[in-house]
Amino acid sequence: MSQAHSPLSGAAILGALKAAGIEYVVSVPDLTTSEGVLRPLATDPQLKLLRVCREEEAIGICAGLLAGGKRAAILIQYTGFLASMNAIRAIAMEYRQPICMLVGLLFADAPEDPRQSANYGVNRMIPLIEAMGMPYRLARNDEDAAGIAPAITRAFDLSEPLTVLITRYPSA
Amino acid sequence: MKRDACFQLLASLLPDDIVVSTYSSAFEWLAIRPHPLNYVAVGAMGLASSHALGLALAMPQRRIVVLDGDGSLLMNLGALVTIAAAAPKNLIHFVSRNGSYEANGGHPIPAQGVLDFAGIARNAGYRRTESFSEFSTFAAKVPTLLSAPGPTFVELYLEPGDTTPAPDYEHIHGVRARREFSKALASS
Repeated sequence: MSQAHSPLSGAAILGALKAAGIEYVVSVPDLTTSEGVLRPLATDPQLKLLRVCREEEAIGICAGLLAGGKRAAILIQYTGFLASMNAIRAIAMEYRQPICMLVGLLFADAPEDPRQSANYGVNRMIPLIEAMGMPYRLARNDEDAAGIAPAITRAFDLSEPLTVLITRYPSA
Repeated sequence: MKRDACFQLLASLLPDDIVVSTYSSAFEWLAIRPHPLNYVAVGAMGLASSHALGLALAMPQRRIVVLDGDGSLLMNLGALVTIAAAAPKNLIHFVSRNGSYEANGGHPIPAQGVLDFAGIARNAGYRRTESFSEFSTFAAKVPTLLSAPGPTFVELYLEPGDTTPAPDYEHIHGVRARREFSKALASS
């Protein structure tokens, strides 16, 4: 099977969160991850799902959870990432907090390299993240998903943010 | 009511509580109750109550008080719905209502004089909501509000106070306040 068609499963992503000690997931729904990640997450006994109205809230809630000693991650759509840029700038980057975000690239049409997407918002994500100096990685398949837990662990160890770009619809 | 008088009363009732404050409310509160358990690192305007929700969920055994502003709350009004849905019993949300973006030049908020913040919080699902414009009434009820199960929302109608602390943005965004908070929390 070529890498372009290798699968990405929601179970691998949820398993990565658990392996990294994540207790809370703060989310605004995203069609990319709706069925493969968010729906099983909502009934997962190990992870606590907190539904919020807007993605910027999630940044603040995660910072509060972290200050209180809990590990949290954020599950949102890339449009919500863009809407939260000021909070990410301040809390994740300037405060150097381990704000870990799983970001779905809605209508992903170039899962191997989102910079090649025909969608302007999608193809700007990596350049924006790189411009901010934020660590990031791609989740294109289960092999990539296996690297999420170590990356989150590293983010907490170093107290630095992490963005994981989910480039295709994960299977349930 | 004057904000400094309200905050002095709260400080007497909250000697060692975790208090999240933001911008003008933070500068006034820090002058009245300097304490390492003051959480001021809210980063972006509007997010104080979101940080407070995270703290409240992480530490359900501790009371978490947030001193919000009306301009700040308007930037994150959906947080009222999120907090009400999460329903932390240990969260008390005060809003200093002076009708202006005080930290941004004192310009009026939209719908000044029309908005009913307590009504919005009540309809979002907060367990308790109150509005106060008389200090004596506030002073009589606030001990009960601080001890009752939340989430509780308290709207304070304010006029300018007797003090105008100088803004210290370096402190509220600086690493020292965050480290002091973390250290104090670990030892409390």
